Amino acid sequence: MIRQDFSRIDAKRKNTDHRKKQFATPQYAALSYDTRLNFYTTPPTADITLEQFEQWAIDRLRVLAELEACSFRNRSQAETASYMKPILDKYLPLGSSSSGSSKLGEERMKDHYSHFILRLAFASTEDLRRRFSRVESALFRLRFMDNDAKERQVFVEGLNLEWEVVGEEEKMRWSEELRAAAGGFVKRMEEESWFKVDWERVPELVEGRRVFLRAGKAYVPGREQMSMVVAEFTARLDKALEMTSRALPRLDEDDRLTPILAHLSNNFTTPDASYSSSTTALPGADISARNIDTLSSSFPLCMQNLHRSLRRDAHLKHYGRLQYTLFLKGIGLNLEECLVFWRSSFSKITDDTFNKEYRYNVRHAYGDVGGDSNRRGNGYSPFSCQKILTEHPPGPGESHGCPYRHFSTENLTALLQAVGVKDHEVLRGVKEDKEKMKYHLACNRVFEYAHKQELKKVKDDGTWGAAQLETIVHPNEYFKRSYLLMNLGKVKEAEVEDEVDVKMED
Amino acid sequence: MPHSVSPEDPASPDQGAIVEEARTDNVETQDSEGTAVADNMGPIGDSQTSEDPDMTMADAGAIEEKITVKVETATEVKLEDLFADMDSDEEFPSSTGQDIKISSSPEAPASPVHIGHTSNSSDPEVMRSFYQRLFPWRYLFQWLNHSPTPSTDFGHREFAFTLQNDAYLRYQSFPTHDLLRKDVLRLMPSRFEIGPVYSTNPRDRKTLRKSTAFKPIAKELCFDIDLTDYDDIRTCCDKANICNKCWQFITMAIKVIDVALRDDFGFKHIMWVYSGRRGAHAWVCDKKARQMDDHKRRALAGYLEVIKGGAQGGKRVNIKRPLHPHVARSLDILKSHFQTDILHDQDPWETDEKFDRLLQLLPDKSLNEALRKKWNSAPGRASTAKWTDIDALAKSGMSKSLDAKALLDAKQDIVLEYTYPRLDIEVSKHLNHLLKSPFVVHPGTGRVCVPINTNHCEDFDPLSVPTVTDLLREIDEWTTPEEEKDGKAIQDWEKTSLKPYVEYFRSFVLGIMKDEKEVKVKREREENGDVMEF
Ligand SMILES: [Zn+2]
Repeated sequence: MIRQDFSRIDAKRKNTDHRKKQFATPQYAALSYDTRLNFYTTPPTADITLEQFEQWAIDRLRVLAELEACSFRNRSQAETASYMKPILDKYLPLGSSSSGSSKLGEERMKDHYSHFILRLAFASTEDLRRRFSRVESALFRLRFMDNDAKERQVFVEGLNLEWEVVGEEEKMRWSEELRAAAGGFVKRMEEESWFKVDWERVPELVEGRRVFLRAGKAYVPGREQMSMVVAEFTARLDKALEMTSRALPRLDEDDRLTPILAHLSNNFTTPDASYSSSTTALPGADISARNIDTLSSSFPLCMQNLHRSLRRDAHLKHYGRLQYTLFLKGIGLNLEECLVFWRSSFSKITDDTFNKEYRYNVRHAYGDVGGDSNRRGNGYSPFSCQKILTEHPPGPGESHGCPYRHFSTENLTALLQAVGVKDHEVLRGVKEDKEKMKYHLACNRVFEYAHKQELKKVKDDGTWGAAQLETIVHPNEYFKRSYLLMNLGKVKEAEVEDEVDVKMED
Repeated sequence: MPHSVSPEDPASPDQGAIVEEARTDNVETQDSEGTAVADNMGPIGDSQTSEDPDMTMADAGAIEEKITVKVETATEVKLEDLFADMDSDEEFPSSTGQDIKISSSPEAPASPVHIGHTSNSSDPEVMRSFYQRLFPWRYLFQWLNHSPTPSTDFGHREFAFTLQNDAYLRYQSFPTHDLLRKDVLRLMPSRFEIGPVYSTNPRDRKTLRKSTAFKPIAKELCFDIDLTDYDDIRTCCDKANICNKCWQFITMAIKVIDVALRDDFGFKHIMWVYSGRRGAHAWVCDKKARQMDDHKRRALAGYLEVIKGGAQGGKRVNIKRPLHPHVARSLDILKSHFQTDILHDQDPWETDEKFDRLLQLLPDKSLNEALRKKWNSAPGRASTAKWTDIDALAKSGMSKSLDAKALLDAKQDIVLEYTYPRLDIEVSKHLNHLLKSPFVVHPGTGRVCVPINTNHCEDFDPLSVPTVTDLLREIDEWTTPEEEKDGKAIQDWEKTSLKPYVEYFRSFVLGIMKDEKEVKVKREREENGDVMEF
């Protein structure tokens, strides 16, 4: 299916497909775009040039990239919308039908094609599919909210979704529950409507306890329509991506598209994976198990917290061990020393228990055991702030994560004071950053405070350039800079120079 | 020609392969470090992180001019999951006597097995007798197979063995329960875990041309509740120790989660199993539950999660008002437990430093000061009294600013913080999590992981759950009643206190098989109907 449709995008190829095209059903060519929103159920069929193919895909990718970054930065829905507006206007404008713009057809065509091109590029692995689906759903949601109500209604009706309306009698029977689940907005039951669907169709409403559930059915208030439409969008896209991935091998026959698609998907790769411990190597530094206590004064708060918890409990839970092990690896602690460090830190357990339950995992993280791919890659990459902020929030009894994000303000303040940050100005700044969910800012604020004098010195004498002074987005970068600043003059300048041009991605 | 979009590309994180690398099924015993063993092995197989935004498209703009191909190694896959969680029940295994002698020959199971009361459950001969004579293989098979005739539901199911030397064997699978039993008797694992059903036989996974063809497709929805997650509020015991007082936390958890799964989500086939030491597992076995993908599992887990954040996270209950029906119902269930099991039995705010925690959770400053004053002047005042002090002082009108609604909300939040189930949510979120099988023996306590009858879950006493040595002695001590001497052979488990548990399991399994049979018949009838119309 896919191949057939896209085989005709190339101008040069047109001739060879001449006969086929002649007999193609005319309705394809006349594919019209009645609504601004698109569920992308029909693949495009009209011809476009190779240049358009590439340019449109790149434009859409840029939009998706910015959108994904918004979620990483924990921007609110409103912040995301205002941040994305100029980007969307520039790269992927999409006017409403009522605007009467003459460009509507062209805009919608570009939107339609670019979506399908990226589908091809990102259908290859499950991970790419999942991310593509997530970020496309976010884009759809953004546009859905942005749409005017009337057009939105026309679009939704056109989808023919099978939603059962909850009848009056049933509505009254569960009125108290429906009211409570809806979060109190309901004033008069008679004026509200509910749909009833299998709960699996509205997982995000279920997850947030925003619907009443009974016997496997979710009772969705009319105003939550958007969630349902987005869920439907995601469900259909997931299914379509799965099918595309199966159709992909046949696409390889077209040697013009493959390189373009490959490039697109290659630019959708893991920044963390490009991190290597060599970028933080500190010549001459004593990075050893017995020196960790001393070094920990240069650790960012997340790692200091892990270190303190470890010293307090002589134990850390799973994600804490993982986050901390990888960080230690990142600062240059070798495997042997790392094993010594954990062994001595887990002072309440026997050697036997340690060897059985923990040793393997430390070795695995270093790539010392595991299969070829793990060994080749030297184990796992140290976590970036991004990863720490967005994945696996700490649960009961766990100490990993980012204190700026995962601690309450009171506990965060207490922890900062405990590690020596007592300046009221700084603490207030951190509190404000936290409230605005600018966790990076809070961390960098503390860094600047803790290294005020040293930073002034390197700025004044010009030894550190702009690249070394930009926002820290990786715990290992935090340590590296802190260590260098604390040991100014001790680490040879030349060696520093060698290291500083390596930029770590966030 | 680059092939970077093809699934075989080494640059693209592919499935399956990584897992095999991380936990090879070669027994890694040569190496005394062994492999990891844990209740919650990370998700495997389909090895992408389930929804982790660990990659960014942020620099996509850069591809506009020059597109440089980055070659990535495929390490960024499911890493934290491979780094399996060690915080399992077995973290502090207690040592029991090692000096057991077993007099009978293991080759003669029909003869009595004489085992002294100090017998160690990890003794291979004790385990052999257990697996040979007591373990309910047939019901386990029917439970996982959903029908008496062997199917891929059982045949493609992963089993993972923890051997006596702590080696860990993954991706074991068996066409029938006889073969499973045979292998267990050959390898004598100290316990085994149950993983998902895969799209192909787990043993064939390496011969598949494409690693994507091997992926997990179904598994029961599971829950794991462990008393260590209550350590900041349970005062009676800590670490691996439990008593009947703190077991009430588990009882409360079962009540709250079970009713939500049944009434809200419509599940019927839910089995709770004692984990052998200090917790319980739930297995939701409805077909609909088994087929849920990770996205749905996460949504369901999120619905049930009320206690958030670690002990450092400050206030851990943040729920909206009005209370969602699930939260309101939970609160109803938990209220009376709060009075007896928390205030009375745990007495959580007995001392000065402890009642600070309570005051932190209350909203009114002047009220707090009055309470503090009162409690400081009456050291050791019981938590029950302290709890009633709150309302008494509030009603006395000592605080002008008091917001009665805020106080009520705060009190509800406190009840929830001290009683609401603390789930190890990762276990529930992933389709491909392994969980210890019911009826295996906990190596630390020797107790059998028996099902808990939810109709009488308040009566369940973890400390009276039979140990493997108890059971083997019961077989020895058994004498066939006169009137049954000519009847059909009595199975060994029927001679022991394992009997009610096996019977419970059997009727549970029958219920599943009955439902699935009906569905199948109905579907076939529908399909035939369609055919006839043409
Ligand atoms: Zn206790």
